[in-house]
Amino acid sequence: MSSNQSKTQNDSNQKGKATESPQTSLSTKTEAAVPEFEASIINQLVTRFTDKVIKVVYVRPGRTKILVPPNEIVNVALFIKDTIGLDHAESVSGTDYPKDDQIEVIYHLSSYSDEKLSSHVLALSTRVDRNDSRLQSLIDVFKSAEYHERETFEMLGVYFEGHPRNDRFLLPEDWADIPPLRKEFRIKGR
Amino acid sequence: MGLEIVKETEEDRLMTLSVGPQHPGSGHFRFTIKVDGDYIVYCDPDPGYVHRGEEKMCEYRNFIQNIPHLERPVIHDSTNITYSYSLAVEELTNIQVPLRGQYIRALASELNRQVYTLYWLGIYGIFLGHSTMFMWPVGDRELFIDLLEALTGARVTHAFNIPGGIRNDMPEGFKDRCLRQVAYFEKRLDEYEDIFYNNPLFRQRTEGVGVLTKEDAIKLGVTGSVLRASGIPFDVRKAEPYDVYNEIDFKVQYMKTGDSFARSMVPFLDMRESCQIIRTLLDKMPQSGEVRAKLQPNPKGPAGESYKRVESGRGALGYYIVSDGTPKPYRVKLSVGSFRNMLALPYLLIGSKLADMPSIYWSLNYWPVEADR
Repeated sequence: MSSNQSKTQNDSNQKGKATESPQTSLSTKTEAAVPEFEASIINQLVTRFTDKVIKVVYVRPGRTKILVPPNEIVNVALFIKDTIGLDHAESVSGTDYPKDDQIEVIYHLSSYSDEKLSSHVLALSTRVDRNDSRLQSLIDVFKSAEYHERETFEMLGVYFEGHPRNDRFLLPEDWADIPPLRKEFRIKGR
Repeated sequence: MGLEIVKETEEDRLMTLSVGPQHPGSGHFRFTIKVDGDYIVYCDPDPGYVHRGEEKMCEYRNFIQNIPHLERPVIHDSTNITYSYSLAVEELTNIQVPLRGQYIRALASELNRQVYTLYWLGIYGIFLGHSTMFMWPVGDRELFIDLLEALTGARVTHAFNIPGGIRNDMPEGFKDRCLRQVAYFEKRLDEYEDIFYNNPLFRQRTEGVGVLTKEDAIKLGVTGSVLRASGIPFDVRKAEPYDVYNEIDFKVQYMKTGDSFARSMVPFLDMRESCQIIRTLLDKMPQSGEVRAKLQPNPKGPAGESYKRVESGRGALGYYIVSDGTPKPYRVKLSVGSFRNMLALPYLLIGSKLADMPSIYWSLNYWPVEADR
């Protein structure tokens, strides 16, 4: 199922249309009426970055998702911080897609300083190669992502370049197995 | 070989201390600090002693089976940790919650937040050497535990929230009992203020200690009472109201000093405000009606993803759930307040005195089990 989902993402990525074909059927329903405020955010992003680089998807009120290639993530993050005004990362998560040979890293960004933005969570997402999973760290832009990135490294094996500690964090000290949130890691007996 | 005079270097002067996980003042959490005389110069948190792999476990169970094990990370706040999970699953599977269900759910969440905050306050009190402040909150916590027991059937881990509403309706006479106990508790809060918050010794140990400025609070992305103590009135219930919270009138409690005192005062102010919210919820609640939407045996929705958050006792508690269209989630990520507030720990400890460590550490409203998940 997941491969279907991600295929649509990839296809639409190639088409490069900003507000077309989000990955969920839920969002297709609501897509007809993008609220004004979300539309202005989407507009700002699309005008600054060309359609080939970035794909912005309106998911539902207060939730917008941006798909970027890994090499552009720092530029887009800087733009989001300086121009749009989202100032911290609430969460960084990785999702493993073995069928596409990719790992999706997704930053959920939000704002404390701008009251209008506080109900919004912007998902900044990128997909890295599963066998050579490297990504530029965002801690220079969003310091709040530091521990979340470290957790993503140990749970999914995504190496964050520029992060001071790509290191064990929550797992036992003698952990010698593959990163546990990769899909080929199975819980014993299950 | 004769004697040699060796000059003391900076490295010789430093002493490394391991705080926890056996240390009674740290919970199931360890951090290494280096002290130079009386001052902490280095701090490295080492969580993970109670890591259970909740996120991995979620991938093996369906949306309903996930509820009981998801409340394990913070059993004292088990209604809130399953609240945002239920909201996210409802969004993915397109379930509408009946209005009475939404009210009772919010009520349970407020009662449970009181339980958590009282437990935290008890621990904070005892580690600052104030044993009365351990006995009183832990005793008064029973009020809310009894209420929740009457409401849900369990004392601590309720598994009360399910996608589609709540498990069962309120028992008869619950409203009167709840109002009576909340009224009593409000009087007790005044006594807490007298004996603890106005205590000169407590004030000396917390005022001006571990100051987190507004700019740094934003930069570090802290949440909950730690954030509100630094002068940012952010509360998910207000910023992005879920369920019935847009119909409830309340003030976001915050302070501006950003020190340990403010961080311990904000949860206290929250408790007082919460009593008012409980009253409003009971007042506005529809007197009859469904409390739960009818579910399919194995609820599932179209492939998609959802990010939902609620305000828990430790701040914003978010769930990011990816569904591939099957009854089991493809990926579940918990973004919990404790994990986010941990980033402030080395930041505040470095440069402060060793004696201030307990008052800073516990003021961060940190729950090790939740951070480890």
